[in-house]
Amino acid sequence: MTDRKGVVIVGELSDDNLAPITTELLGIGRKLADDLGHELSAVLIGSGVGQVASEAIHFGADKVYVIDNPLFKDYLTDSYVAALDNLSRQLKPEILLLGHTSLGRDLAPRLAFRLGTGLTQDCIELSLDEERIVHKTKPVYGGNAVAVYVCREGRPQMATIRLKAMEPIACDDSQQGEILPFDPQIGQADIRGKVVSREEDKLTGIKLEEADVVVCGGRGIGDHESFQQLEELARLLGGAVGATRPPCDNKWCPAHYQVGLTGKLVSPLLYIGIALSGASQHLAGVSGSKIIVAINSDPEANIFRVARFGVVANWKQVLPGFVSKVKELLAN
Amino acid sequence: MKIAVCVREILDPEIPSKAFKIDAEAKRAIKLPEVELVISDYDARALEAALRIKDSLESEITVMSLGAESAKDIIRRCIAMGADEGILVSDPAFDDSDSFATACVLAEAIKKQNNFDLILCGIQEGDWDSGQVGSGVAELLGIPSVTRAGNIEVNDGKVVVERVVTDGRETVEMLLPALVTVSSEIGEPRYPSIRRVREAAKKEIPTWTAADIAPAIPRSEIVSLFIPSREAECEFIAGESPEEMGSNLALKLREAKAI
Repeated sequence: MTDRKGVVIVGELSDDNLAPITTELLGIGRKLADDLGHELSAVLIGSGVGQVASEAIHFGADKVYVIDNPLFKDYLTDSYVAALDNLSRQLKPEILLLGHTSLGRDLAPRLAFRLGTGLTQDCIELSLDEERIVHKTKPVYGGNAVAVYVCREGRPQMATIRLKAMEPIACDDSQQGEILPFDPQIGQADIRGKVVSREEDKLTGIKLEEADVVVCGGRGIGDHESFQQLEELARLLGGAVGATRPPCDNKWCPAHYQVGLTGKLVSPLLYIGIALSGASQHLAGVSGSKIIVAINSDPEANIFRVARFGVVANWKQVLPGFVSKVKELLAN
Repeated sequence: MKIAVCVREILDPEIPSKAFKIDAEAKRAIKLPEVELVISDYDARALEAALRIKDSLESEITVMSLGAESAKDIIRRCIAMGADEGILVSDPAFDDSDSFATACVLAEAIKKQNNFDLILCGIQEGDWDSGQVGSGVAELLGIPSVTRAGNIEVNDGKVVVERVVTDGRETVEMLLPALVTVSSEIGEPRYPSIRRVREAAKKEIPTWTAADIAPAIPRSEIVSLFIPSREAECEFIAGESPEEMGSNLALKLREAKAI
């Protein structure tokens, strides 16, 4: 393992720019690389991704490896795993980080097994111990507990990182670095499967993951019509609506509203949980929220254990007073 | 169609958090008498996905679980829901398996049972949430995988998977054999019939041990496990009526600069 050197992060694009998660990965990657005295490299993979390479340097990368080929236009497990496996075998990094995103959650596990190394997913903190081994902190048991993992038996040490868990460094246009094209030497024959179609969710407002205010409804909302009241509240607050699993299962709202460990992970400034008990897998997905508000008629509901402010009453009777006062406050 | 579904027995994750206790020394959760052991919800949904395929296409479903002797209960529940066979892999030698070692053992068990067209797993375990066993099994078996399925269809030796991604759905097509991990978007698992529950109770569940399958070396080690401290006590908003509480909540949030 002694010949291993460097921290590598796998970048992603969003609307032709570096995705926010990528600048966050560069932030924590920069810190770890500095502590180790190693280089920080970013990998950009896809079709037409080379254009943002210099942006990755401005956010802290020493080197950017660009795998830019129409073969990688669609994300497919086989092609991306093979490309990053080849790159990783060549670079021999000490640490390899990905975002805990649609791409990272699919790619990282399979890559870890191909490399024969240990992976920890959905990390909220990374640090080095005195032996310079990475301590990887993640919520477990649906957020009821937190575990710190290390990997002693394999390299690179791998992790996927939760959105908004890390701070990006300030963008500096004067930073210099190297941009290197990388040929992973794979062909169509190496790729099993294909993407046949893609359908985007109909978004009526702000994206859940990016919203500063998230209003979430649970089982106690009761039906589709009542769910519309949450939409109105979210619009008023300039936020987005989410849900726990029961409203999604019952089709009171679209499935993509689901917030939690397997749905969307949100970290808004204000989270309002209405008529939801606070199942652990849901709470684990909102734990990054600055202020948690709970409205529930059951004072024993789990949500009150994490809430900053709570109202114990039937939500349907609370909402009118809340909405009219909010309108009044926002008007002034 | 021969379908394998991997399932895991876990502590009921929906217990009140005060019933959740850990042994910080042993770095695992403690099972209090009042807490039940249940099938991991994502795995129950993976079985539901298999049963939907079986509803329209002649199939044989084998449920596999690595766990304690008590996991036979969840295997029997799966059979009562409609699975055909179940195999338990259980041995104290597997006790320290992390998700890496778990995938290795399950992959060996699947190889030993042989000839599956489709393998389904929950997207992640409801206890450790590692989210890598399914992909690991696929990699070890050398078959293609798709994760986070919201819908699965099988036709002409192909599997068509609607995969849930951040901003929508993506339809991916692969040749069989393949592995698919299932997310909650697939929908709720069905209930078993009473007749099938009785039949499943009598079903023989073979147990494979470390004599049949070699344990694997874990890659990840937990150095500490703790229950996070809650930052602040909840401040309950007072009011003469629910309406007034709502109004007072708005004032409180303005005070806290949240709106």
